Amino acid sequence: MPDADYRLYLMASAAIFTIGFYSMLTQAHLLRRIMAFNVMGCGVFLLFITLAARAPGPVPDPVPHAMVLTGIVVSVCATGLALALAGRVQTVTGKTELEPGEDAGGRSGAAHHGSSA
Amino acid sequence: MTFAWAIVLLVLLPLAAAALSFAFPRRGGWLAAGAAVGIGVGTAQLIRAVLADGAQIHQVGGWGAPLGIDLRADGLAVWMLLVAGINGAAVALYSSRYFGMERSEEGRHRERYFWPLFLFLWTALNALFLSADIFNLYVTLEMLGFAAVMLAALAGGRDALAAAMRYLLVSLSASLFYLLGVALVYGQCGTVDLRLLAAQAPAQPAPWVALALMTGGLATKTALLPMHFWLPPAHASAPAPVSALLSALVVKGSFYILLRLWFEAFQVRMTPAVAQALGALGAAAILWGSISALRQARLKLLIAHSTVAQIGYLFLLFPRAASPKAGFLGWSGGLILLGAHACAKTAMFLTAGNILHAVGHDRIKDLEGVTRGLPVSMFAFGLSALSLVGLPPSGGFAGKWLLLSAGVAQGQWWWIAMVLFGSLLAAAYVVRVLTHAFTSGSKPAILNPIPPVMEWTALVLAIVAAGFGLAAFWPAELLRAGAPQAMPFLAGGAAP
Repeated sequence: MPDADYRLYLMASAAIFTIGFYSMLTQAHLLRRIMAFNVMGCGVFLLFITLAARAPGPVPDPVPHAMVLTGIVVSVCATGLALALAGRVQTVTGKTELEPGEDAGGRSGAAHHGSSA
Repeated sequence: MTFAWAIVLLVLLPLAAAALSFAFPRRGGWLAAGAAVGIGVGTAQLIRAVLADGAQIHQVGGWGAPLGIDLRADGLAVWMLLVAGINGAAVALYSSRYFGMERSEEGRHRERYFWPLFLFLWTALNALFLSADIFNLYVTLEMLGFAAVMLAALAGGRDALAAAMRYLLVSLSASLFYLLGVALVYGQCGTVDLRLLAAQAPAQPAPWVALALMTGGLATKTALLPMHFWLPPAHASAPAPVSALLSALVVKGSFYILLRLWFEAFQVRMTPAVAQALGALGAAAILWGSISALRQARLKLLIAHSTVAQIGYLFLLFPRAASPKAGFLGWSGGLILLGAHACAKTAMFLTAGNILHAVGHDRIKDLEGVTRGLPVSMFAFGLSALSLVGLPPSGGFAGKWLLLSAGVAQGQWWWIAMVLFGSLLAAAYVVRVLTHAFTSGSKPAILNPIPPVMEWTALVLAIVAAGFGLAAFWPAELLRAGAPQAMPFLAGGAAP
């Protein structure tokens, strides 16, 4: 892979990762945040593929390919889990967002843990 | 390798038990008991092997690094396995009665899912501690995160679900930062194996940006200030045995990877500035966590904020152990503190679960006279408080003493003041609970009797935490045996 292409792919993966992370921080809707996670993941996977293509010789390095496959499996599982949990949050609270107040270290959250006993 | 079976057993046994307990929900408790016994035997064998012959390595499928996956047990790994084993076994014993107390449909539902998730969590922890490359560490870290999030959601209420959802989003983003760092390391160094990275590091060090990404992700997962915000709600709104697992063990998983990165693979990058920066964040966490623990009205939230503070202590290990002078004191001190905190924190959360169940609430100011109703539990709370504060002969004392000795030898007086001030704050927040509990006011109505097993499990763990300082030389010996050659204090030839 020529150096110019390599730099282009590197910048693309950094940009995709950053866009995903920005949305993760700024979006409120849970579905959008789960999608943001997937966009971040795509940035990382693109980086792995780029590294594989940069290997010397005609054959790409298979190790990053194996890592990407593993990473995709993990991210599919994570998405499934996150969707199930988000659905449950919506059923119980009637909302598709988390309340911002709970970020402040649990002053409002976790007050009602009597239900756990 | 004669002890390869023990390494394989530690991963496969809890995994098999998890799958079986999902298929046979009524047998969950017995399967966990079987797994606990097997893990105990395997860990004991590995400890003997490491003490006798140093690190043990198992090549999965016979492939070997750099292409295959290695599992490795050295002094640090078996110490973590032991800490997880003791706390896991105690939580299993406690949970055998905890979930059974509730006869409702919801209670049965929780018990049905608790056992497989708990055993998956144990599998992930054991696999993480035995992993020898940074990519396998990523996979096991994700397994650990998934099991932890699902356990945190187990209570099922509004707060628990919101806390678990936030925990999941934070955890997934943090993992991707780590994975991005792994990709950059592979691109630069061509391997992900910890020992190979360490061997070639002087010639080809990993890029700073990769280290920064990985450290940021892992520090978030460890809930190091300022990325601690997700921890208190997630830990406090879970059922008691789950809170214990999350606070005592799960946050230690990502901390363990940080140790592997900075003290083994990329030790050449461990400059004093990095060590001091991580230590400074730890010191800030001690202050913030302790002060906000003081301000909590509820016992479980107090214990959860105390975890933020105690994680801060763990990060004091970095500046203390990174020095070639007396570095091993700081290293063993930090890790002994880790073990002592795990046992003390599990005991505290289990006690809090007993109180919550017995009197129906955990408002600290209304705990007057609870000692008369639950004497064993409150004794357990007092003993574990002893270790959190760091009074002799507790494990907390031994760990802090070693950290202090390293600080004295290195002439770092500011850090010494920090450790002592943190202990005073810890004393303030536990004494606040104890004064309310030991005040003989109007006796609170004990609504539900607590099975003796649940009280005594907490007490045994608290005794381990409080008496652990008497045997503190043994873990130090274990940590030295089979320690990776790259560790700076070994290279520096410091005295033990």
